[in-house]
Amino acid sequence: MSTTILFTIISLSAIGGGAAIILYFVAQKFKVYEDPRIDQVEEALPGANCGGCGYPGCRGFAEALVKTDDISELNCPVGGNETMSTIAKILGKEVEAREPLVAVVRCSGSPEHRKRVNQYDGASSCAISSSLYAGETDCQYGCLGLGDCVDACDFDAIYMDKKTGLPVVIDDNCTACGACVKACPNDIIELRKKNKKDRKIFVSCINQDKGGIARKACRVACIGCGKCVKVCPFDAITMENFLAYIDPVKCKLCRKCVTECPTGSILEINFPPRKVKEDTKNAKSEPKKVSEKSENNSSTQNK
Amino acid sequence: MLKTFTKGGVHPAECKYSASSAIENLPLPKKVSIPLAQHIGAPSKPVVQKGDKVKVGDIIAESAGFVSANIHSSVSGTVSKIDNVLDSTGYKKPCVIIDVEGDEWNEKINQSTDLKKEISLTDKEIIQKINQSGIVGLGGATFPSHVKLSIPDGKKIDVLIINGVECEPYLTSDHRLMLEKSEEMLVGIQILMKAVSVNRAIIGIENNKPDAIEHLSGLVKNYPGIEVQALKVKYPQGGEKQLIKALIKREVPSGGLPLDVGAVVHNVGTAFAVYEAVQKNKPLFERVVTVTGKSVKKPSNFMVRIGTPVSELIEAAGGLPEDTGKVISGGPMMGKALNALEVPITKGTSGILILPEEMANRKPENNCIRCAKCVSVCPQGLEPYLLNKLSQLEKNDILEKNGVMDCIECGSCAFTCPAGLPLLDYIRLGKSRVSRIIRSRKQ
Repeated sequence: MSTTILFTIISLSAIGGGAAIILYFVAQKFKVYEDPRIDQVEEALPGANCGGCGYPGCRGFAEALVKTDDISELNCPVGGNETMSTIAKILGKEVEAREPLVAVVRCSGSPEHRKRVNQYDGASSCAISSSLYAGETDCQYGCLGLGDCVDACDFDAIYMDKKTGLPVVIDDNCTACGACVKACPNDIIELRKKNKKDRKIFVSCINQDKGGIARKACRVACIGCGKCVKVCPFDAITMENFLAYIDPVKCKLCRKCVTECPTGSILEINFPPRKVKEDTKNAKSEPKKVSEKSENNSSTQNK
Repeated sequence: MLKTFTKGGVHPAECKYSASSAIENLPLPKKVSIPLAQHIGAPSKPVVQKGDKVKVGDIIAESAGFVSANIHSSVSGTVSKIDNVLDSTGYKKPCVIIDVEGDEWNEKINQSTDLKKEISLTDKEIIQKINQSGIVGLGGATFPSHVKLSIPDGKKIDVLIINGVECEPYLTSDHRLMLEKSEEMLVGIQILMKAVSVNRAIIGIENNKPDAIEHLSGLVKNYPGIEVQALKVKYPQGGEKQLIKALIKREVPSGGLPLDVGAVVHNVGTAFAVYEAVQKNKPLFERVVTVTGKSVKKPSNFMVRIGTPVSELIEAAGGLPEDTGKVISGGPMMGKALNALEVPITKGTSGILILPEEMANRKPENNCIRCAKCVSVCPQGLEPYLLNKLSQLEKNDILEKNGVMDCIECGSCAFTCPAGLPLLDYIRLGKSRVSRIIRSRKQ
């Protein structure tokens, strides 16, 4: 009886030992070396797997960071400078501080400004609507209002305003991953420099039609009059295809262009209210409306 | 037992209201806008300028590549401008706008209506003539015809198939053409047969057009090699691949062309246009357009000059009914709703369909109940519910593996779906994404 037990123990141990030796050599032979820094870097990343860096998830990005020598081109928009400097420390590489960015919706064509001329009853997707026709209004550049950008956002940073039918970005949540920019078939959303106190000045229009056609389609369209280009003291505004564009780097937020714009297509957001004196000087009604509107915007965003 | 294709298919209500109205010439419009992109392939390059005088049939835009087509003036008058105009794509596209003055035709066009049977040109000359005349597939796909007729080396064609199916409900333009221009069309078919050097042609006609079948069956006795085949009514029999399957029982392989199974398919409208181009020297600048709908006062078939605004056609058919909910360019299955009535008629417009309010709206969208009706009706043997979901999730690689590129966009799946899902919309979106990926891979 005891010999059976003994025999069993000895034979099993021998098999176990033999297998262990074989496995050891196999493991040595087929060893896959993985840089331990990849795990460290992945830990430092936010783990949102949003793809904002252009790589498939945070793991993929971590691998790319470890493999490439010069990581100044790579950036995690979600983690921002803090994350990137931590990673640079882990890897012993250098990285420059980047300006934080925020998504900006460049269309103000709410139903009160932009008349609906037909009704779309197809699938609720901007991509499909844009493949079929130019949209419910006469403006073939503006927001289609079906919310592909909202679906694309992983951070709850964008929602459709029911009143205006336009998407609104919540600056505090926006990580500038660029998912909405890619999702928008009309390229309305742009990533712009994030200024102090979330202040923004931008041309809220991308209509490239001639002034008359643009204005007919939408009351707050950029008509390409060029007044803002002339008034800008910093040469930050350029005009191309009847459309003004404010360079976010050159712009010093002086707000001169906002009052100059005859259609009110340049928006100022999160600024303190203007002094009354200035308002009476520029007695035009529309710029005033814009400043009121921007105040409203800022108040909703603060809430 | 009548022939038909085997896989899938649906039976939408036929509603051929305009089947008994003879083709009428539409009065000349005051102004035409002729789009430069009326065909598949590169948009043509304009060769006229503002202020130029043009006659009917003068070339106004040149083909810009092999897969492209010439465009000719459909009226005589002065070019007022070349500008972006809203067309049936739903976008503003470059158009040549001509103010109409009189109706003076280019001297080279033979305006007599006598039938000319002898074909004097050789096969090469015929294809060249078709290319010059700007003829594209008039069934709706508008693929340049000379490309289809230029058979690449190593391919052997043994049969020409003529598509007189007109499986789209409501539309009757091909039906009327087969009845009224039958002799011309048959000579056109002979010209096409000579161009691809085959001695057999089959005209496929659905059984809901008995008058056309009878009429043509009588006439083809004088035209050796041409036969008429009646087909069982089933949508989408007018699809190239379905028609080949129905008539000669050959299956076009996935990703292949009819050429791969030794067939070339042309529409009856194209055959008529080829006759006019080759025998009468008349380029393609007018076509038959059906204007129809349940509440349209006078459902009609018009011979329309390309570039005429849709509103003129509706006016001629008794005006826009009060209960109009949607105006569609093309048929109800594959046509496209228009967002303005000023859009011009192009080479691909086979009909204008006016739907009343109660028929215009889609079914409310519900959840997929896994009934697999879409799978059973798909004529291409695809799984629409799956493609729909994959497209929504942007799984482009799996979409490609599941054959999204084989979809012919017939809309049978969305037509039959009891949950009212916009299947075709998403499949089309996925298809365009996948085709972009395939194109970038080739580069």
